[in-house]
Amino acid sequence: MTQMALAVGLVAASAFAVATFPRSVLVFLFFQGSLLFVYRARIPEWLRWSLLALALLVLMPVIGYYNRYYLEVATQVGIFVALALGLNIVVGLAGLLDLGYVAFYAVGAYSWAIFGSPHANIIFGGDSFPLAGWWFYVFLFVGLGVAALTGILLGLPVLRLHGDYLAIVTLGFGEVIRVLANNLDKPINLTNGPKGITPISRPPAPFGLPYGEYFYFLALIIVVAIVIVSRRLEDSHIGRAWEAIREDELAARAMGVPLVRMKLMAFACGASFAGVMGVLFSAKQVFINPESFTFLESIGVLAMVILGGMGSIPGAVLGATVVTVLNLQVLKGFSLWLNELKNAGVTVLGYSLADLPTQFEPAKYERMVFGIILVLMMIFRPQGIFPARRRQRELAHH
Amino acid sequence: MDFELLIGIFPQVLLDGLILGFMYALIALGYTMVYGVLEFINFAHSEIFIAGAFVGVEILLGLKSVGLLDGLPWPVVLLLALLGGMAASGLIAVSVERIAYRPLRQAPRLIPLISAIGISFFLQDLIRLVESLWRNAFNLVYPTMDSLNLRFELTETIDVSVKSLVVIVGALLMLWALHLIVNRTKVGTAIRAVAEDQAAASLMGIDVNRIISLTFLIGGAMGGAAGVLFGVQYGLINPYSGFIPGLKAFTAAVLGGIGNIPGAMVGGLVLGLLEAFAASYLSLLTGGAFGAEYKDIFAFSLLILILIFRPKGLLGEVVRERA
Repeated sequence: MTQMALAVGLVAASAFAVATFPRSVLVFLFFQGSLLFVYRARIPEWLRWSLLALALLVLMPVIGYYNRYYLEVATQVGIFVALALGLNIVVGLAGLLDLGYVAFYAVGAYSWAIFGSPHANIIFGGDSFPLAGWWFYVFLFVGLGVAALTGILLGLPVLRLHGDYLAIVTLGFGEVIRVLANNLDKPINLTNGPKGITPISRPPAPFGLPYGEYFYFLALIIVVAIVIVSRRLEDSHIGRAWEAIREDELAARAMGVPLVRMKLMAFACGASFAGVMGVLFSAKQVFINPESFTFLESIGVLAMVILGGMGSIPGAVLGATVVTVLNLQVLKGFSLWLNELKNAGVTVLGYSLADLPTQFEPAKYERMVFGIILVLMMIFRPQGIFPARRRQRELAHH
Repeated sequence: MDFELLIGIFPQVLLDGLILGFMYALIALGYTMVYGVLEFINFAHSEIFIAGAFVGVEILLGLKSVGLLDGLPWPVVLLLALLGGMAASGLIAVSVERIAYRPLRQAPRLIPLISAIGISFFLQDLIRLVESLWRNAFNLVYPTMDSLNLRFELTETIDVSVKSLVVIVGALLMLWALHLIVNRTKVGTAIRAVAEDQAAASLMGIDVNRIISLTFLIGGAMGGAAGVLFGVQYGLINPYSGFIPGLKAFTAAVLGGIGNIPGAMVGGLVLGLLEAFAASYLSLLTGGAFGAEYKDIFAFSLLILILIFRPKGLLGEVVRERA
C-alpha cells in the first residue's frame, strides 16, 4: 500500500518538478528514476502499467513541449533501446559476441536515405526520386529485411568461429561496411562518401503532430513491438535453442538443435531490429554520413547490454536508458555547468576555473564512460544490473 | 596503363612496405606473446602502443623546451625517447593485466575480452584527458630533427630518409633482442613453459603470475618502442590513432599463426608489404576507381579469410580455439 502511494506520488511529484524547472537536468533524471521505481515497486500490475503508460504517452510529450531537448533525448533513448534489444539477442541469448553491430543499423539507415532522397537519381538516372513520404512506412520493413539479409550474409562465413575470433571478425566486418560507406562515391556514387546524404524525406505526420513528438511516438511504438517480439522469442523453442548454444554448443547439437539455422536466425533477428531503427534514424536526422556508424557506436550498444545484464530484456532497456542519458545529459550537463562556473570566474581551492584548458571538455569523454562501465561490470557484476535468471545461474556455476 | 611507372615506383613501395611491416611486427609481438600464455586477445594493446608514442613525444618536446633537442647527438635523443616509451608502455601493460585481467582469469571466455575492450576505450580517453590538461591539445606532432630528415638519393626516383633506416634498424635490433630473451635465457624458457602448460610449469617451480606479468612487460615494451618509431616515421599522433594499426597488427599475428613469435614477425612483414602494394597499385591498376582508402578493407578481408580458411596462420601453429 505504501509502495502504491509512493509510486503514484513519485511520478506526480517528478512530473510537476519537470514542469516547474524545465531546464534542470537533475529534475529530468528524477523523473526517469521515478519510472524505474514504478517498474520495480511491489504494486499491482494494472497500476504499474497504467502509470508507465501515463508517463510515456502523456507526461513525456508534455515535458517535451516545455523542453524540446528532452524529447530528443527520449527519442534517442528509444533508438538505443531497440539497438540494445537487438544486440541482446545476438550476444545475450545466443552468446555470439558481435562487435560490428552498428553495421546493420547503417544498412537500414542507408536503405531509406538513398531512396528517400534525390540521391537515388544519381544512381538510377531520371528524376523519380525522392520517393513520396508514405514510402517511409514500407521502408521500415525494407530496412528490416535488408538488415536481416546482411546479418545472414555475415553469419554464413563465420559460423565456424567461436568466442574472440568471432568478435574480431565481426569488428572487421563493421569496419569494412563503414569504410565502404565512406568510399563508395566512386566508381558508382552509392553513398556519396564522407559528405553523406541529404535531404532525406520525412513521412507525413498524422494529426498535425510536430516532428519531435511524431518521431518520439514512432520510436516508442517500435520499441514496444520489439520488446514484445523479444519476450515471445525468449520463451519460444528458438530462444531456448539460442541459450543452449550459448551454454554448450556440442551438447546443444547432440540434443538436436540445428546449429546453422539457429545461429543465422540470431544474426538475422538482431540485425533486423537495428535495420528498422536505422530507417527511423535517417528520416529523423534528414542527413546521414558514415560518422554515425563507427566502432564507438557498436561498443556503446555493447556497454548498454552488459550494464543491464546479458540476455535480460529489462536489463537491455535499463542499460540503454542509463548510457544514453549519461552521454547526452550528464556529460553534457557537466560540461555546461563547468563552463558557467568558468565564466563566472569561480575559484576552487585557490585555482581559478577560468585557467582550465579549453580542450578539456567533459562532454567528449563517452569512450571513458563506456570503458569504465565495461571493466567495472566485468570485474564486479558480470551478470548485469537486472540479471537474466538463467544467466545468473550460469555465472554462479563457474 | 603506364607500365614504366608501375616498375619505377616498385622499390619505393617495397621500402614503405618494409617500414610498415616492421612496425606491425613489433606491435604483433605483444598480441602473440599474451595469446601464447593466456589464450586471450589483449584488445588494449593498441592503446599501450599509442601510449608509448605519447611518452616519446613528451620526452622529445621536453628536451626541445630545454634546448637539448639539437644539443645532444640525435642517437642519444632517440634512445631516450625509445627507452621512455618502452618503460611507460611496459608498465601500463603490467598494471592493466593486474587490475583488469587477473581477477577474471577463471571467468567464462568472453568476460576478459569485454574487460579488455573497456580498458582500450578507457585508455584512449585517459590519454586525451592527460594531454588536454597538460598541453591543452591532444593531437601532437613529433618535433622535426634535421639529421633524421636527411635523405639519401639512391637513384633519381628512389630515396631513403635517415628516419626510415632508423625504424628498420631499430625494429630489427628489438626483434633480435626478443629472440635472444625468449630462446636463450632462463626467463625465456619459463615463458615458453607457461605458454605450453600452466599447471605443469607451476609444478616445476615457475611462478606463473610473475611470468605472465613479465610477458605483458615485454610485449608492452615492444609496443611502446613501436609507438615511438611510429611517431618518428609518421609525425602526427592522437589518442585514437593506435586503434587501426593495432587491429592490423593483430591481423598480422593471426596471419603468422597467433601464439607463434617468429610467425608474428613474418605476418607483420607480409601484411605491411601487401598493404603498401595495395595502397599504391590498386588505384593505378583500376584507373583511380578504387583508391588507397581500400587498403583497410584489404587488410580486414584478409583477416576474415585467414580466420575462416586457415586459422592456423602461415607458420602453422595450432590454434586452440575456445568458445
